[in-house]
Amino acid sequence: MSNWEPKIIAFLCNWCSYGAADLAGVSRMQYPPNFRVIRVPCTGRINPKFILSALRHGADGVWVSGCHPGDCHYIEGNLYARRKFALLKNLLEHTGIEPKRLHFSWISSAEATKFADVAREVIRTVKEAGPARHFIKKQAEVA
Amino acid sequence: MQAYTERIREAAKRLLSDEKVDVVIGFRKGTIPFMNEPYLAKTPEQVDQLVWDGNCGVNLANYLPRRTDRIAVVAKGCDSRNIVEHIVENQIKREQLHILGAPCKGMMDKRRINAELKGREPSSVEETGSEIKIKGQDLDLTLSRSEFLQENCAICIHRNPVIYDDLVGDLVEEQKDVDRYADVRKVEAMSSEDKWQYFDDLISTCIRCYACRNACPACYCPTCFVDESRPQWVGKTIDPTDTRTFHFLRAYHLAGRCTDCGACERSCPVGIKVRQFTKKLEKDVKELFDYEAGINPDMRPALDFHRPDDPQGFIK
Repeated sequence: MSNWEPKIIAFLCNWCSYGAADLAGVSRMQYPPNFRVIRVPCTGRINPKFILSALRHGADGVWVSGCHPGDCHYIEGNLYARRKFALLKNLLEHTGIEPKRLHFSWISSAEATKFADVAREVIRTVKEAGPARHFIKKQAEVA
Repeated sequence: MQAYTERIREAAKRLLSDEKVDVVIGFRKGTIPFMNEPYLAKTPEQVDQLVWDGNCGVNLANYLPRRTDRIAVVAKGCDSRNIVEHIVENQIKREQLHILGAPCKGMMDKRRINAELKGREPSSVEETGSEIKIKGQDLDLTLSRSEFLQENCAICIHRNPVIYDDLVGDLVEEQKDVDRYADVRKVEAMSSEDKWQYFDDLISTCIRCYACRNACPACYCPTCFVDESRPQWVGKTIDPTDTRTFHFLRAYHLAGRCTDCGACERSCPVGIKVRQFTKKLEKDVKELFDYEAGINPDMRPALDFHRPDDPQGFIK
């Protein structure tokens, strides 16, 4: 597993973190290419099922990033999300998912530097946790 | 217990003959010992079948959503909290309900009692204030009630109904100094690998019958996530990952809504302690958001509400 690289699913809010990723790219900031971005309209749009689905498909880590409290495009979507994720993270960890695999951040569209920093940190910690072992559905899905 | 039964019958008869309600939801004797069944009495003549004892653990709030008639319902502490939940979540209107509050001293754990019987068949069961007398062929057993309570009843801190129109017994003293979360803390202290193993062992016997979901008064979605097929969030096999996903999401759906009534655990045919999932959420909701489900009809549920100073230490 010496050349193993983690796969991380990043749910980025269209109005902030996705813009920050864009700005980081335009500004030619460097970070490893380990995450796959899923653009969402708001962190409040993220159903915990999405995160479970990512884990079930074998993601080594999940990263959710949205607007700072008070900056939500939909006024309060991220504030609902904050409560949802607090409980979700605790329950996932309680049932045996390593804390190093789950990451949440507030990154505004101007914070390209923070985006690149957090991206590097997320990738580093997920790497430390190693390949995902739990919650992966190995059998084919049967409808 | 006989006193409760009489007052339930008397109230039910009065409400039905005065045409104040269309139906009274209570319990009647089941066909096997330690199992009373929910019963919907619709005429004054049917009222005499209603009973009350320590085997009325089924949560009657489960029978309320989507009803349009006027209902009288017998409610223990936990049932009444789930009724509040239904009112808050617009599943039933307060005006439709006549709540017969039944202060509760805990319901019996039929599994532990049956284990005590060692296969012997009971012919009569009598419940006094603090004892259960079980008689039958080669069988004369007196059990202490407090030692055979359901696990959630033993740590219950809301024995009295939170809302009611009539009481069918005197209010009981609430339990104080109970350690509600000893088992949760035990799991919290484990390593991630041990936690995973603990829950793997816990649900290893699950046959995915969904009894826990069906018995739960808070599970009333028109299409449950387990039945959704596009996208399909949970596979329909008994693959361990699917079983785990089911238990995880079922519990998460009850975040900030579970009243720890124990209906799920009681209904499980293979005796899985499914409350281990929901109790963690209940504990977190209490600690992080200072919220208890079903206590106050004027409060929004924990996940339908937010405060500027909600904890966010986990967010970078």
